[in-house]
Amino acid sequence: MGAQLRVYRQKIKSAQTTKKITRAMELISASRIQKAQQRVAASGPYSRAITRAVSAVATFSNVDHILTTEPEVVERAAIVIFSSDRGLAGAFNSNVLREAGELAARLEGQGKTVVYFLVGRKAVGYFAFRKRAAEKIWIGGTDAPEFDIAKEIGDALVEKFVQPASEGGVDEIHIVYNRFVSMLVQVPEVVRLLPLEIVEGVEAPDNTDVFPAYEFEPDPSTVLDALLPVYIESRIFNAMLQSAAAKHAATQKAMKSASDNADKLIKDYTRLANNARQSEITQQISEIVGGADALSSAK
Amino acid sequence: MAELKVSIVSADQEVWSGKAKQIIARTLVGEIGILAGHEPILAILGTGEVRVTTIDGELITATADDGFLSVDNNNVTVVARNAELVSQG
Repeated sequence: MGAQLRVYRQKIKSAQTTKKITRAMELISASRIQKAQQRVAASGPYSRAITRAVSAVATFSNVDHILTTEPEVVERAAIVIFSSDRGLAGAFNSNVLREAGELAARLEGQGKTVVYFLVGRKAVGYFAFRKRAAEKIWIGGTDAPEFDIAKEIGDALVEKFVQPASEGGVDEIHIVYNRFVSMLVQVPEVVRLLPLEIVEGVEAPDNTDVFPAYEFEPDPSTVLDALLPVYIESRIFNAMLQSAAAKHAATQKAMKSASDNADKLIKDYTRLANNARQSEITQQISEIVGGADALSSAK
Repeated sequence: MAELKVSIVSADQEVWSGKAKQIIARTLVGEIGILAGHEPILAILGTGEVRVTTIDGELITATADDGFLSVDNNNVTVVARNAELVSQG
């Protein structure tokens, strides 16, 4: 009987230790969400301004630009997956990987070859484990994305995009990331990055008024040349920031439920331990009483 | 007098915003000065300074490279990957 009680006590202790860790992680991510959200908000003016400008050029000039023209045949498509460097975030990474898997299946169903660009250690690990090849990977810094990395990714993508498919380039590029909706909701989102589909009215709220006739300096195609890579970088940077904020929120949620579960375990095991202790005492008493009875009746 | 609404934004934050009389920036082809009522324009910025004269006559200087400038309807937006305020006042 004593052994039973000891086992329960061990389990309670272990649940308590786990709870301390998960509680600490919950608090850490809670404090980081704030910062990540502020960064998402702070990058807003930049991406709004760029979206507006790109829309303006696209609307007010009839330049055909490689980045905006639909290729006639799409042979190769690239998928960029934004995951996190660390786990312990519930379904955060599996959601985004599943979404990417579905997208890949759909694209392959259309006869396209899919190549992958991976951001974050978790996606890289997932691919390495399945021995699937990735075109390029970026590891580190997913918790607090730097614009330089977004630029690097953007450059790599544009470079791949302008290459013909026969030389290893791609004809379209999709990005998959977790979008931060609220503290409780993060949704995996698939966006086709290239060729560009300029979404008007979504990112620029004051798009309802008519665009004025623009003057371009030096000329529309140069402006477009300079603008589009910047636009892509800003979209990627935005995806990275969203993903970081979503990751912190997902971690917080996962760790909160882990702490709650630990609480429940501690409570259950405490009940069981009390029960075991009580029955041990009861047994001891009945042994003593039984012994005393035997002694007195033997006299 | 009409005034310009200026905002200078970099990739990760809004560097400065406010009302101004005049803004001077360096584009790829040369310096451009913008006063209220300027026609809509979208220009690529060269490396250099953006000088803003605020409505109170203060001069604000910011560096901006790798960016562009857009003007429409007296709203001026200077967008640059790296933008920083150099001096104020």
